[in-house]
Amino acid sequence: MKITVASGKGGTGKTTIAVNLALSVKNSMLIDCDVEGPNSHLFFREPMVKIKDVSIPAPKFDLDTCTLCGKCAEFCQYNAISIIGEKLLFFEELCHGCGGCKIICPVDAITEVDHNVGLIEKGGTEDLPVYHGLLNISEPFGVPIINELKQFADASKITIFDSPPGTACPAVETMRDVDFCILVTEPTPFGLHDLTLTVDVIRQIGTPFGVVVNRDGIGDDRVDQYCEKEGIPLLAKIPNDMEVAKLYSRGVPMVTGLPKYRKLFEEMFQKIREMV
Amino acid sequence: MMVKELTIISGKGGCGKTTIASSFAALAKDHVIADADVDAADMHILLQPEIRKSEVFHGLNIAQKNDDLCINCGKCYENCRYGAFDPDNTLHPEKCEGCAVCELVCPVDAIKMVERQAGEAFISDTRFGPLVHAKLHAGEEASGKLVALVRQRAREVAEKEGKELILIDGPPGTGCTVIAAMTGVNLVLVVFEPTLSGIHDAKRIIEVAKHFQIPAIALINKYDINTENTRDILDYCKGEGIDVVGKIPYDDTATQAMLSEKTVVEYTDGPLALTIREIWDRVEKAL
Repeated sequence: MKITVASGKGGTGKTTIAVNLALSVKNSMLIDCDVEGPNSHLFFREPMVKIKDVSIPAPKFDLDTCTLCGKCAEFCQYNAISIIGEKLLFFEELCHGCGGCKIICPVDAITEVDHNVGLIEKGGTEDLPVYHGLLNISEPFGVPIINELKQFADASKITIFDSPPGTACPAVETMRDVDFCILVTEPTPFGLHDLTLTVDVIRQIGTPFGVVVNRDGIGDDRVDQYCEKEGIPLLAKIPNDMEVAKLYSRGVPMVTGLPKYRKLFEEMFQKIREMV
Repeated sequence: MMVKELTIISGKGGCGKTTIASSFAALAKDHVIADADVDAADMHILLQPEIRKSEVFHGLNIAQKNDDLCINCGKCYENCRYGAFDPDNTLHPEKCEGCAVCELVCPVDAIKMVERQAGEAFISDTRFGPLVHAKLHAGEEASGKLVALVRQRAREVAEKEGKELILIDGPPGTGCTVIAAMTGVNLVLVVFEPTLSGIHDAKRIIEVAKHFQIPAIALINKYDINTENTRDILDYCKGEGIDVVGKIPYDDTATQAMLSEKTVVEYTDGPLALTIREIWDRVEKAL
């Protein structure tokens, strides 16, 4: 079974839910898809070890053959190539690696080379493997790394994906092709607003989902009212507990530091299991 | 006069960027506010904008296939690198990245790239001055381009109305939206949270700022959650030559203000508001 933990707003507790759920169910694995800021590994003692580089194809221009005809620059939808005077300029950070320039070049002046955009690391234990990806600093597009990360899901295990925040392409990529999606929110106006955006997205994708309210007690009950009105199952409420926040700050999972919370995650998983 | 730009950023979400940025919006004079978190914008909840002008944002074009013309040659499937075509040549538009390679290789012109509406951008009035904000449609690409549009409109408003400063509330992460919200600004303010996650992600965003040679200052929010981590942040910033302009204690008042849909400095005159005011004075001097 594959479960994604997502939320529109950042900092609502995606990683907290993903890590503690993984620790509370048997035979699980954790894949952190927030490649711009992966945090799940901070809750495990084992070091993360690089297992793979992630590259996208990028064009290499043979300037002796190039006639400066400008067809590649005209074709590129991302404005990664431009011809200024007698010079061809290539902006690697804008390239999506589609290969169109190579196809359109009339004199075969373009070949492709690997452009490294990030890497994948593995940690955790044999019982609970943890994977994450890291987008290189100054690289804009994390989706190729997310796609590679998703390949590590083991069909014989309960795979939990920790999603990046937001509702744009990296988050959508993580919410797609899974059995269930947990949407984490907090009972505040920001939390509610961003939850409604995420619900719009997940309904378009069609993945079954439910809501977890984190830091219950800090705000009001507008999230509950919204879920009831929309017929969205409420999977769990995690109380606003300063002890949990302090454990989190040190990288200690709440089910390890405060075992009383284990039951909450076991019940959450039970509810999900009944819905899938 | 040159318009200055300040971006508030944190790497990790939920560190208090918008809470701080909205209070700065209330304290600053002669400024335009820009919400660059286009896929989960929250600033408008506190600022209750009246929309002055809205415009459609076109992202990248999207492939459209005419099955009557298609001869099932498989060229689109073979050449698409984003998995937008199945082996039987069925198109999945939601996976299309707009590269137009399929249109290029189709021998019978069965595929056309068409314009799509990917979001909306707004110029609005608020009680603290003009706000430029946007809404990216669910699951869209090109969010970096929409952030660039928000910043461009904010600059136009600033120049036209003689404003001196653009205050940008940044998105989380380090990718395209963040890069678009940071490049070329005069200063970034990095909001640290003294948790291992907050530190990990803030350090990454400082690396991004260094890469693009943007001056950075920092503040620590909820510093008393873990004073040991706070000390580590102070040491790290010292080593990096980054000025720490303040420390904000954990305070429920921030949530109370949000629940009443006000900025902290409007909601209270208490210690939290006082700390934010002092920090704003220092940020203004650093600009």
